[in-house]
Amino acid sequence: MGILEIKNVGKRFGGLQALSDVNLSVAENTVHAIIGPNGAGKSTLLNCLVGKLIPDTGSVTFQGQSLLGRKPHEINQLGVSRVFQTPEIFADLTVLENVMIPCFAHRDGAFQMNALRGVRSETDIRQKAEQILEDVSMLEKENMQASSLSRGDKRRLEMAMCLVQDPKLLLLDEPTAGMARADTNNTIDLLKEIKDKRDITMAIIEHDMHVVFSLAERITVLAQGTPLVEETPENIKGHPKVREAYLGEAQV
Amino acid sequence: MFGLSTKDTTLLLFVAALTLLAPFLLNPFPENSAMAQFNAGYPDLMQRFVIFGTFAIGFNILFGLTGYLSFGHAAFLGVGSYGAIWMMKLLTLNVIPAIIMGVIFAGLFALLVGYISLRRSGIYFSILTLAFAQMSYALAYSVLTPITGGETGLQLKATDTPLLSNLAPGEIGRANLFGVDMRSSYELVIGDWLFTFNAGYYIAAVCMLIGFYISIRIFRSPFGMMLRAVKSNQQRMNYTGLNSKPYTLAAFVISGMYAGLAGGLMVAMDTQVGPERMFWTASGEVVLMAILGGVGTLIGPVLGAGMIKYMENILSKINDAILHQWFAFMPDGIENLLVAIFHPFIGKGWHLTLGMLFMLIVIFLPGGLVEGGQRIGRIFRRRDRKADSVESDAAKQRKPAE
Repeated sequence: MGILEIKNVGKRFGGLQALSDVNLSVAENTVHAIIGPNGAGKSTLLNCLVGKLIPDTGSVTFQGQSLLGRKPHEINQLGVSRVFQTPEIFADLTVLENVMIPCFAHRDGAFQMNALRGVRSETDIRQKAEQILEDVSMLEKENMQASSLSRGDKRRLEMAMCLVQDPKLLLLDEPTAGMARADTNNTIDLLKEIKDKRDITMAIIEHDMHVVFSLAERITVLAQGTPLVEETPENIKGHPKVREAYLGEAQV
Repeated sequence: MFGLSTKDTTLLLFVAALTLLAPFLLNPFPENSAMAQFNAGYPDLMQRFVIFGTFAIGFNILFGLTGYLSFGHAAFLGVGSYGAIWMMKLLTLNVIPAIIMGVIFAGLFALLVGYISLRRSGIYFSILTLAFAQMSYALAYSVLTPITGGETGLQLKATDTPLLSNLAPGEIGRANLFGVDMRSSYELVIGDWLFTFNAGYYIAAVCMLIGFYISIRIFRSPFGMMLRAVKSNQQRMNYTGLNSKPYTLAAFVISGMYAGLAGGLMVAMDTQVGPERMFWTASGEVVLMAILGGVGTLIGPVLGAGMIKYMENILSKINDAILHQWFAFMPDGIENLLVAIFHPFIGKGWHLTLGMLFMLIVIFLPGGLVEGGQRIGRIFRRRDRKADSVESDAAKQRKPAE
């Protein structure tokens, strides 16, 4: 049984059946890519996993625990982190503070009234945050305000914010969207490094086939709200059904 | 020192020196000179500086850190005042229980209001808090008359018999701190100068300094960092495993307690309360104070409070006769013209001056007086690169009213 089990999930928005009968199992310590044409329901599926949306039918379990009805912060505390399509960071804060906040969340839980403790005395948290910034090679920017970072750096910062919590499952929503080729390759290298160094499961939604085939061990193709095929990358390229639904028009 | 960084300690000591030496600093002009009307060193006004400073510091914890703009903070000030005066009427004339009670009552009320209002954010939150404050005002004015004294409010009366204070029959109690009357003052005359050291002022000043110290600690704590995270990106905060609601509620209650402290102090200085203390203009005033001084900065709200109270009390006292005196050296026609020009800005027109000043600051110095000070500091630093950082901090604090 996988670390993440999605069973018979369906979601309807008014007249649109965004997801219907989605079954998906993500095995532990693998990189699982979810691909599909625009409007296939990839983002909706992701939103159902993190508590932003509640599916109408079906069940989502993470390590045997149901995720349905849990709030986003509760799901994160279970060990699920999410990288957004457009980087969601604390723009008014410094880079270091951005990474320290997830550390506090990881150590103290969803709420802790530590109003009289000084941030300066939290050396453990600071060290941990600086370590992860070094890992993503952003340490020299630790005192910059996050809003002044380049888009690629914002993305890396967001990645660092997720990784510093040692998530068991990392959900990536188009991690290379809008990136130049060089940045995309850097991101791929970074993700590969993360995968090699940590016990981490990743689920990636991605349009860029270069990224998908460089990273993924399993690929699920979603079309019109239902999974079409689930296969290894080698088998997916030549799969007739996939060609028809998706890759037929795309570069292979 | 006190678990603060050097820079913060400098700031705290600086503010402490300002408040403790205020009787000197605010009375720079000799008693009988023409400039004496700009002296602000009389007890009543000095008390108002520190009390509203406390109020603004608390408001800034909510608005400055979380970005939630409450338009009903005067309600907590009022509730704190009512709590304090009842304590004086029933228990003791000592101000300490009264102030503590004010803080507790305001905190509880803030918990209720915050729990409901914080379900919404942005303008809806502001409107909800405004509605609560106006509701409290209306209730205090009418239905709750038995508790609030309605229109006339509450004051200490000859019929009050506090449990722990031995009053002669018919004697009207006076607020005190272990026997020291709040209204007692020591007057120091040096040459033409008169300096007044008022017991009540120093008690209020100590309360403000404690409040200021706690606010620095909150700003520099992980909790404060979380509150800034709320302001910056609540969505990311939730996906980072943090529940933003208790954080905002805690900030709301803390800032309500500061308002209660201010309300309690008001009663301790002047033992009376009226419902107008909760009117929406009073809530608006604290918003102005915070913005004028610099939202989200430590010292800004104190400066803003000082500035507004200074203008309210000093500018409004200047009348046409005084203007004529000032411009008497000019030819009659020009004198009258100048008086006519300045007339709308003084006396009852001080709101106009405040309004224009507020607009100028918001447009040219969005960071308030603190940003102004920083810019001046930067000019000085450019001129004299050797100037150390403490000096630039001092430049930041420069301000006429404090």
